[in-house]
Amino acid sequence: MKRIVAFGSFWWDFVVGDDWRAAAGVVVALGITALLVWAGVDAWWLMPAATAAILAISLARATATRQ
Amino acid sequence: MTSFFLVASAFLASAVEFVEALTIVLAAGLTRGWRSSLTGLGAATVTLAAIVAALGPALKLVPLSALRLVVGALLLAFGLQWLRKAILRASGYKALHDEDEIFAREAAEARTAASETRAGLDWYGFTLAFKGVLLEGLEVAFIVITFGSTQGNLGLAALGAGIALVLVATVGVLVRAPLARVPENTMKFAVGVMLTTFGIFWSAEGAGAHWPGNDAALPVVLAFVLLLSFGAVTLLRRRRLVFA
Repeated sequence: MKRIVAFGSFWWDFVVGDDWRAAAGVVVALGITALLVWAGVDAWWLMPAATAAILAISLARATATRQ
Repeated sequence: MTSFFLVASAFLASAVEFVEALTIVLAAGLTRGWRSSLTGLGAATVTLAAIVAALGPALKLVPLSALRLVVGALLLAFGLQWLRKAILRASGYKALHDEDEIFAREAAEARTAASETRAGLDWYGFTLAFKGVLLEGLEVAFIVITFGSTQGNLGLAALGAGIALVLVATVGVLVRAPLARVPENTMKFAVGVMLTTFGIFWSAEGAGAHWPGNDAALPVVLAFVLLLSFGAVTLLRRRRLVFA
């Protein structure tokens, strides 16, 4: 059991890192893009916009704690 | 153009990771003996090659749109981690990565560790080199597999990583010291930008969106991510000065 937890923890840390909200933001933005495409909107612009917002929020949180 | 980005991204990301792996192998080799350290390096390299050889062809069986969606999302989450750290380093909110300092720390720990012989090897030296190379190399394997399979050219991604390996290994053997002069922080910044760019591009395509101009949109996305990153660095530097 310990090894499974350690394995999962390694991959979580590897991909998600220390800001899970950024990874969650990516998943949410992709879900919205897929929904818009399904509704007939070619939402190629959403991922760049979402990335800018996610990065800004993540940096704001990181720098607020180091001020 | 996409092929150039593919090789350049794989090269840069791999070079950064290989420089870090070299520091650990050097620390293990100089303090615990070269035999254990190089055996650890060899064992980790074989393990990594097996991972790439097994996963690379397996990913060819996954439909391209699903692959781009999943890989794009993973790359974007992964790339945002790199970019965030690089921006924090460049703006002074996080300490710069220093190979000399890391080498000194690893070497000090290795010198004081207890001696234990297994299979004729100094076990601490072997595991230090093995774990270090495997962990740094996993990032390289991840990038080579994801970039290569999504772009349908695993060979080109592996070529970029291979050039980086030969270059870092050659310089490492020649200087036998941590490669502190390599502009690692700048390279990490570039890798973060590249990973984020490919992540945005492929994840949007995987979700069904079509980029205006198809692959020609990639340099535009790259320019956007660069602008965003430099803008963030400038803003954070100013903010830091105001609070200083």
